[in-house]
Amino acid sequence: MSAGPAVPAGPLPAAAVRRAPGLRLGGGWAGFAVRRAGGLLMSMLLLVVVTFLIVPLLPGDPARAIAGTNSSPATLAAIRERLGLDEPMTTRFVHYLGDIASGRLGTSFRFDTPVADIVSTRLPYTVQLVIPAVLLSLLIAVPLGMAVGVLTRDGRRRRLGVAFGTIAGLLASAPVYVVATLLIVLFSISLGLLPSGGATTPSALVLPITALCIGPAFAIARVVRQETASVLAQDYMRTARGHRLGSVRLHLRHALPNLVTSVLTLSGLVLTSLLGGTIILENVFTYPGLGTEVVQAIIYKDYPVIQGIILVVGMLALLVNLLVDVVLGIVDPRTLDGGRRGH
Amino acid sequence: MATDTTVRRWRGNPSLLAGAVILGLLVVVALVAPPLLSGSAETLTDDARLGPGAEHLLGTDAFGRDVLARALVATRLTLLMAAAATAVSFVVGVAIGALVHLAPRWLRETCLRLIDSAVAFPSLVLALVIAAVLGPGTGSAIVAIAVAGVPGFARLTANLAATVADKDYVLTARLLGVPGPRILTRHVLPNISGPLLVLLSSSFTLSLLDISSLSFVGLGVQSPQYDWGRLLNEALPSIFAQPSVVLAPSIMLIVTGVGAMLLGDGVASLVDPRTRGTAPAPTGAADTAAPATPAKESRALRAPGGAGATAGTEPDGLLTVDGLTVRAGDRTLVDDVSFTIGAGRIVGLVGESGSGKSTIAMAVAGLLPEGVRANATRLALGDLDLLGTPPGRRLATEIGIVYQDPIGTFNPALRLGAQLTEVARTHLGTSRRQARRDMARALADIHVTEPERRLRQHPHELSGGMLQRASIASAMTTNPRLLIADEPTTALDVTVQAEVLRQFRRINREHGTAMLFISHDIGVVGVLCDTVLVLHGGRVVDRTTGRDLRRGTVTHPYTRALLAATPAAVEAGAPLSAVRWTADTATAQPDGTPLDGTTPDGKPVDGTQPDKAPLDGTPLDGTPAHGTPLAGTTAHGTPSDDLSDTAADRPPAAEGSR
Amino acid sequence: MSATATAPDAGTADPLLRVEDLTVELGHGAAARRVLKGVSFDIPRGSTLALVGESGSGKTTLARTLVGVHRPSGGRILVDGAPLRAARGREGAATVQMIPQDPYSSFDPRRTVAQSLAEALDPIRARVGPVRTRIAELLGQVSLDPDSMDRYPHEFSGGQRQRLAIARALAPRPRFVIADEITSALDLTTQAEILNLLADLRRRLSLTMLFISHDLAVVRHVSDTVAVLLHGDLVEFGPTAATFAEPEHPYTARLLASVPGDPRFRLDDEPATV
Repeated sequence: MSAGPAVPAGPLPAAAVRRAPGLRLGGGWAGFAVRRAGGLLMSMLLLVVVTFLIVPLLPGDPARAIAGTNSSPATLAAIRERLGLDEPMTTRFVHYLGDIASGRLGTSFRFDTPVADIVSTRLPYTVQLVIPAVLLSLLIAVPLGMAVGVLTRDGRRRRLGVAFGTIAGLLASAPVYVVATLLIVLFSISLGLLPSGGATTPSALVLPITALCIGPAFAIARVVRQETASVLAQDYMRTARGHRLGSVRLHLRHALPNLVTSVLTLSGLVLTSLLGGTIILENVFTYPGLGTEVVQAIIYKDYPVIQGIILVVGMLALLVNLLVDVVLGIVDPRTLDGGRRGH
Repeated sequence: MATDTTVRRWRGNPSLLAGAVILGLLVVVALVAPPLLSGSAETLTDDARLGPGAEHLLGTDAFGRDVLARALVATRLTLLMAAAATAVSFVVGVAIGALVHLAPRWLRETCLRLIDSAVAFPSLVLALVIAAVLGPGTGSAIVAIAVAGVPGFARLTANLAATVADKDYVLTARLLGVPGPRILTRHVLPNISGPLLVLLSSSFTLSLLDISSLSFVGLGVQSPQYDWGRLLNEALPSIFAQPSVVLAPSIMLIVTGVGAMLLGDGVASLVDPRTRGTAPAPTGAADTAAPATPAKESRALRAPGGAGATAGTEPDGLLTVDGLTVRAGDRTLVDDVSFTIGAGRIVGLVGESGSGKSTIAMAVAGLLPEGVRANATRLALGDLDLLGTPPGRRLATEIGIVYQDPIGTFNPALRLGAQLTEVARTHLGTSRRQARRDMARALADIHVTEPERRLRQHPHELSGGMLQRASIASAMTTNPRLLIADEPTTALDVTVQAEVLRQFRRINREHGTAMLFISHDIGVVGVLCDTVLVLHGGRVVDRTTGRDLRRGTVTHPYTRALLAATPAAVEAGAPLSAVRWTADTATAQPDGTPLDGTTPDGKPVDGTQPDKAPLDGTPLDGTPAHGTPLAGTTAHGTPSDDLSDTAADRPPAAEGSR
Repeated sequence: MSATATAPDAGTADPLLRVEDLTVELGHGAAARRVLKGVSFDIPRGSTLALVGESGSGKTTLARTLVGVHRPSGGRILVDGAPLRAARGREGAATVQMIPQDPYSSFDPRRTVAQSLAEALDPIRARVGPVRTRIAELLGQVSLDPDSMDRYPHEFSGGQRQRLAIARALAPRPRFVIADEITSALDLTTQAEILNLLADLRRRLSLTMLFISHDLAVVRHVSDTVAVLLHGDLVEFGPTAATFAEPEHPYTARLLASVPGDPRFRLDDEPATV
């Protein structure tokens, strides 16, 4: 999940990360596109339905829940009118779809501005945290995990293995908001090196990005190490050793490509959850992104804003998933034929 | 399971122990702290904002309450909320994931797609939706995290159940008429309980950290209640004035995270059958699972003539193997084996699994797995000493190797062209284009259609037979002096096997390449090899020729026994010889021999000594003691048959890989 | 293309199993493949038919269709003249049983041998207590020590597990048994033991059996009749001895000539291009 480590702490069987076997619709990119488009549509529909349901599911009278218990009948009527609460559910859903299609995403209760405007001012801030954090965590995780995996193969260098396991485990399981808080204490308060909030200068991004990528980086590194060990034990690595290659060529040319599939599959999970982590993290740094906005919106019951932001964050998650699958398809064509590969 | 094995498992599993201790301590704190420390945690005093000191270890907050005491007291609420949320998501998720398998196909597919779609979103997004609906509060935080965790559990359960549902025992149960729900409770759920347990322990932490994160941003626990997230939230505004207030809840959160991580790791290795045993078996050559063979008995067991001048050794050999012994730890896999291969000759090694034949091949090739060591008086290919660290270029170009499983042998992520031409490009300096052209021609020679296109394909796009023939052609591109073929036809269909054997014969005829050919199939070895060494328990027990094998004119009792067990070599309908060639062959018992498998610890359950090696003390050069007819028709095993049988079969770990 | 399939020996009048024009397609929509293309044969009561084929020939699909895993898209399966329904429930169990190929995945690792066999005797309750004597009898039948019934599968070797699988398949007293590549994972000597045991059981219990194998030499030892599948077509059908001596279909001849040790095997021929 988002705030903590995204990968379950223990090594899980391949089945945990693998998708359920998909329908066979022929191979290659065409089949992939058909399958993936179907899945994407389904996910988007799910997202739209779930965000739509927020208002109808409000316990009791939604209007009263929004306006508070002591509000006048006139206020309540106004809210009902505005949310279309008196109309049948299907009409409300059609209106909701229309709001999305028009790109306005409804109107904020608090600011009386289109939600789309709020989202579009906040979104760049969140993106400028997420993308560097994603890249950085992969850049740390893959070389580190692979190096440790190669060095500790077949039970060599036990002490290094234990040390890595402990430190990486600690860093991978520390929740992002705790890491962020401790980073502020250390670098902003004790050392006075970096700002602890805002987004005005590039240096203000250093701590949030660091806090955001530490957990995923080490969670992925642990997996990369495990996968490296299992790839090195494969028959084709013996074949490669039979070709008497240098160590660098052996590992980079023969082991690395086989790691990519499983690492990417897992990274998809980690990276989407990194999106969730951002939401919490932004609150630590009072950072003007989608995360602080959505939390405020929940506290002030600004439902259109909640719906809009969750919709956008959900779409981002789907985009990340799609990107991962496309990259997987390029790297390992077997994944195009339905279902991600296990071991 | 016996208690002592349980104890040993815990002792051999430090992360499980550490994780359990940490989480155990947290539970104790949750029980003990509220009654003992509520006073100092909740009473407002004038000692506001004290720094860490003797009286207040981590200081006090703005209302003079002890920070450490508050963190400890908050343990109870934090753990309770996490436990409630985890329990709900576990029960609901597992139920959904298991029950979809009972649903009709269309419903199952729809549910699985829905679960897949739900898992694509960060669970916090779903949690925020629930928090938005229910409003901030303790209860809504629990519900939010519980619901958010359901898709993950459902997906894992569904996937795990699907792998178990593919197992033969589930199919068999269905054939036996066991109703679906019973299959689920009797076979599926027990067999996926291990991984689910892992997920449960790590998911508990994740719930805990997520609920705390909701509290932290103000959507979870509300004042005056407090959990760790709330404490951190309250500490944040005063962080500049008093940074130490964040320490206590931070430490508690990190410690819990680490504890559950360790527990998860521990449980994972506990339920993973591959790590159950004490010492992991060396991977690699299949034959390394040979029974332990005390070296001291070797003298009596040497094949007639030993290392020297009988059949199977040829003067001025190209490959000289003298006194080769291979050990893995204290187990001897190959014991004092000697032979030579003359230029242009084909020498076969034949034997059942565990006889050490593949280990010999890999020792010659210098590709023994980690932890397996080879020693020899002499191991040389012409002027190339294979015992030291011979130059990689010469090894790669002078020894060609063909492996058993053509599919596992090729790197699935690389195109065929890159793999097949790698040795030529790396060691002969052939240009990429030239190497591809050579390889395409070599493929065309063995009747592979569209060779150019094949080189651009990935291994999974070709059949096993085609891959194997390509692999042989590739091994020949450097014109090696010796070709080592380790069970090269075992994984192939019989017509393809015949083609591959012809390919070997043609290579031998046309290039005069010497070959070391390993097979368990006495018929295959018979047709191809000039000289055949029969192996058992890591030793050469007979040296014969392919012609003698073909004609059945072998004299050695073990070889005769092998022939008599070969369906192709025995008259149709006649009983096959199933006598085990073991130390106790003399006392071979008829039908009804008691079970003699081994326990997970490797001790035979019937109490025989595990190191009592097959062949132990039996004179090989004559009739076995007490004159039991070896090639006779007495069927069935002997008490020690499983020393060979168990080693012969794949280790249980192989189950996971199917 | 399919050879007309009637066993030329005495059993013709009394086929226990009759398969008529069986067609099976696997996969859905565009990916559907026709794996069996109109296969017909009989198995007379008390005899063994060996089904031979290389990988991809459809032999495992045939077995799985007979036990009800796959649904035929055409043709009929008759047992004693009555159509075989999807073999479910106790009736199905009493009709056909299968001995699976892989001795390692054919037993639930978490259940004792007695529990697994009890399930075969009483699928619903699967209680060991009332059926201990019967289990002991079954184990005796396959030459295993009845005292071993409370052990777990991993305590048995591959050969022993294959005996257990045979015992379990015999437990519901099925009218016929399908053995799917049951010796292909075994060592030579273990294979010999299992083949001898099967020969013995066929004699003693007059089993009707469909024995599926890729190994012609093995087939020669256990079958009365042999059928050869090639890409889903039944290309050869006849008494084992006669077929091995004089195969009718060129593919069968090629198969036979591919067995090292067969007099027709030639190592120096140019491989036929396929």
